[in-house]
Amino acid sequence: MEKELTAWERLKIVHNPKRPNAYDLINGVFENYYEFQGDGYFGEDKAITAGIASFQKLPVTVIANLKGKNLEENKLFNFSMAHPEGYRKALRLSKQAEKFKRPIICFIDITGAFCGVDAEKRGQGQAIAKNIMEFMNLKTPIISIITGEGGSGGALGLGVCDELAMFENAVYSVISPRGAASILWKDPKKEEEAANTMKVTAKDMLNFKVADFIIKEPAKGADKDHVLMCENVVDYLIGALKRNLQKNVAMLLESRYNKFRKIGIFGE
Amino acid sequence: MKDLFKVVKRRIENNNKKGAVGKKANIPHNLLFKCSRCQTSIFMEEFEAAGNVCTKCNYHARIGALKRLKMTADEGSFEEYDENLTTKNPIDFPGYEEKIKKFQNSTKLKEAIITGECTIRGEKTVIGIMDSFFMMGSMGSVVGEKIVRAFERATEKKLPVILFTASGGARMQEGIFSLMQMVKTSAAVSKHSKEGLFYCAVLTDPTTGGVTASFASLADVTLAEPKVLVGFAGRRVIESTILKRLPDEFQSAEFLQEHGFVDMIVNRKNLRHVLNQLLIFHKQGEIEKWKKS
Repeated sequence: MEKELTAWERLKIVHNPKRPNAYDLINGVFENYYEFQGDGYFGEDKAITAGIASFQKLPVTVIANLKGKNLEENKLFNFSMAHPEGYRKALRLSKQAEKFKRPIICFIDITGAFCGVDAEKRGQGQAIAKNIMEFMNLKTPIISIITGEGGSGGALGLGVCDELAMFENAVYSVISPRGAASILWKDPKKEEEAANTMKVTAKDMLNFKVADFIIKEPAKGADKDHVLMCENVVDYLIGALKRNLQKNVAMLLESRYNKFRKIGIFGE
Repeated sequence: MKDLFKVVKRRIENNNKKGAVGKKANIPHNLLFKCSRCQTSIFMEEFEAAGNVCTKCNYHARIGALKRLKMTADEGSFEEYDENLTTKNPIDFPGYEEKIKKFQNSTKLKEAIITGECTIRGEKTVIGIMDSFFMMGSMGSVVGEKIVRAFERATEKKLPVILFTASGGARMQEGIFSLMQMVKTSAAVSKHSKEGLFYCAVLTDPTTGGVTASFASLADVTLAEPKVLVGFAGRRVIESTILKRLPDEFQSAEFLQEHGFVDMIVNRKNLRHVLNQLLIFHKQGEIEKWKKS
């Protein structure tokens, strides 16, 4: 049997620039993707792409964090670090999905929500909070998939869902390993140690019942075979959508609430 | 040496002669199209072949409602609503009736919008098209009423609505009645929306004032043609208020998209395809069908 990869090794795979980004996945999994822009208040945030698409003839709304493949793209997508307007666009299009009873599919791959003066002025915290609250009440199924990094609050802005799936090598964490190292040990160089200590892998998340599903990656990482990766996503989505479209709205909202209500470890 | 500038001098003299300017400008006035965005002149033939689009900068110039309908709807599929609503002069505005008549003659339309039902590549929809050549597409009682009735019929028949907006805003000549059309049109959009029905606005040149501040901004999906003017207050009004010159791209479709108000900018030649696709996406019952499959 192969040796289990450490979180740090998985992070290296996740950071490979050839790993499929949101556009690769969207083009591989859906047909007819129409990208809609703008939050309807302040701006358009290229760090999040969102719109409507057809999944095996089913109309769906897609929302995804974008990472670039080169410096130029990364500048445009701000290294996936979304601003408040990105979250507000996501919310606007989620409300649209709810109106037309379209399921919502989120692809999460974000280092973290952007930290900056303008982001604060426009209410980064409030934008994420609103999404958490509103997503909890959307009367349509939400399937979220962490494809790479699930970076903290930035990921939660698209992370309230009926089912959370994670790519095999993806991670989900309260803070980046570097951030953790500098907060815990005041030494950002200890990031490897931090990554391996923080319990951030898909397997950990499944154990904690934070994630519900692991989507297998091609051997040595999704970057090695985009087609196979997309096929695995399609297989997963067919099941996930069938499972969640079956539930009536009241059931759907109750089980979504309970999914998160249960999380927490304590003695009493 | 004294003859060095002889030719230039002769030209200047010629130009200063009476009547010379008139003679020089003796070009048929519709031979060239001068783009109001990039100031380039292109042959009218080229401009019209491109669907009234500037081939230099892709500015999508204004087109009349009848031409737009022909470009958009399937041939022979259009059934007009409320073609006989007539314009009154509610505040006895001097010269209003004559003005309406003049525009009725020049545009062959009765008012600044046509509404009705049609199919777009086979997909049924309610459609409304405003015409900027009819009193700058301004919204008075008739325009407001026609829009409201179009939405009401769509709500009743469970049909989507596609509106091509082109308007200077509320019609001054009908005073407060024009302002109130903003309320009733917005309310009609809301009723249609509450039934889970789809409304797509296509912002065309120009979409401003009271139309921007009502139904044009309330669509599920907002499309715009490239480089068109969209805004609330006019550029000159803003410039004279804040005493600053505004950048050229101010209030363009692209400017609006950057600031979060436009979903997609679509070239005129692709509009029929995109509208058809959006109608298919929002067809009722598709999700039920999938669940059963």
